[in-house]
Amino acid sequence: MSTPFYVSPQQAMADRAEYARKGIARGRSVVVLTYADGILFVAENPSRALHKISEIYDRIAYAAVGKYNEFENLRIAGVRYADLRGYQFDRADVTARGLANVYAQALGNIFSSGAEKPYEVELLVAEVGAEPEGDQIYRLTHDGSVVDVQGAVAIGGNAEQITGYLTRRHEHTMSTSEALRLAVAALGQDGNGGAERTLTPEQLEVAVLDRTRPQQRKFRRLLQAQLTRLLATEGEGAAESPAEGGKADPGEE
Amino acid sequence: MAANPDGTGGLPSAFLTPGISSFMEFLDSYRPDLLPGNRALPATPATVEAPHGTTIVAATFPGGVVLAGDRRATMGNLIAQRDIEKVFQADEYSAVGIAGTAGLAVEMVRLFQLELEHYEKIEGAVLSFEGKANRLSAMIRGNLGMAMQGLAVVPLFGGYDLERGAGRIFTYDVTGGRSEEPGYAATGSGSVFARGALKKLYRPDFTAEEATTAVVQSLYDAADDDSATGGPDLGRGIFPIVAVITEDGFNRLSDEQVGELARTIHARRLERPDGPRAALM
Repeated sequence: MSTPFYVSPQQAMADRAEYARKGIARGRSVVVLTYADGILFVAENPSRALHKISEIYDRIAYAAVGKYNEFENLRIAGVRYADLRGYQFDRADVTARGLANVYAQALGNIFSSGAEKPYEVELLVAEVGAEPEGDQIYRLTHDGSVVDVQGAVAIGGNAEQITGYLTRRHEHTMSTSEALRLAVAALGQDGNGGAERTLTPEQLEVAVLDRTRPQQRKFRRLLQAQLTRLLATEGEGAAESPAEGGKADPGEE
Repeated sequence: MAANPDGTGGLPSAFLTPGISSFMEFLDSYRPDLLPGNRALPATPATVEAPHGTTIVAATFPGGVVLAGDRRATMGNLIAQRDIEKVFQADEYSAVGIAGTAGLAVEMVRLFQLELEHYEKIEGAVLSFEGKANRLSAMIRGNLGMAMQGLAVVPLFGGYDLERGAGRIFTYDVTGGRSEEPGYAATGSGSVFARGALKKLYRPDFTAEEATTAVVQSLYDAADDDSATGGPDLGRGIFPIVAVITEDGFNRLSDEQVGELARTIHARRLERPDGPRAALM
């Protein structure tokens, strides 16, 4: 039997953090930003079936990067948490803040318990308010820390660079198509050291929490045809009118 | 639930167990006490007085289905509530109308709505129409103990089947037995009269408007002969709830729309109390 080496707690935590960060850095980023009518989620994800962005509850959505099975597991737990809470109490008692707290505790415990490997995930939980002031975005990292984000944020491989790009250009009053174009341009910065890229609708997974939607459930995926239309409205004069069309969309879908 | 010791902090291990896409199954494993069917029943049969909902009718037309319910809840020979809602949206393309013990029925509807929504969120796909009908069946079966004590819930399920591209209706008995009804159906205490009226009026080539008129006519007839079914309350402005479900999804008609229809029908009934006549030959 060999004597176990002494590893200082600092070193152990640093190792675990580095392990998790490396896992997360391998994947492409996800961008979340507020716009005039709600919150927009944009991910680079060529898969039609395996989602990085999902609905959790009426006004709450979830976006994640990292290891699929881990963030999918957390997503399902979140849906169960929200549905149970809404069933036990009332639908209005399910909040993004509550969900973010639960995720923070879960991730924190997994990170600091020696028994399990840390989760290689980073999450965003967002809730759309009845008014723009009510919009909330929470960013959760692999170690369970929570950050309350204002306006726009990116998670994943090149998060800092993309977040910087986003926050310099982001306005709360943007239309759907303006916000989408900004998000796509920001994701295009993520060249992994290479040149800027232009992403096509086929490579994107896009969803919104749209407060103008008449239904109780505000989450809506934007399909390829809509994306193509929204992305195509380039130019100064054209930017406004298609955005109006975008606002009218939720009803017809 | 945050205090659960066998989980990782805020998430009990049951939340992180993969493979369950049914909310009822999840509830059964994690908090069985919250599932209506698992409630302990008194050892000796007792009769409980509770408000009952009565008549629900439905009719299909090419391209959809219409569901309607009266607004009266009764307790014995008393009117317990004049404006109860008995027709609910189940999901985007289906609705459920409830007859029977109101309290249990409304709870069942909440759980059913959640069951469909939960599956949709977890799986990223909508349950098939048969799948939805079967889930409802299972829930009624879970209520059998209560039904034996006189607290039965007998829903009617209708909606637009996206795969078939047609409206469909299912009725249930207290044991959860389901049967698909071609054309039209009714459930609840006034259903015998409503079904009779609808049988004479119904035509398979109805438009949505004609189907809507026919179901409201049949509710009028049910109220005419069944004291537990409420007719259109012109004085208070309380009218039946009518939902039309087509390819475009669930659409509950506004009180103004149903009110106008109910007033028209009422005006005709003043001239001919027995209602419209179907052709004899």
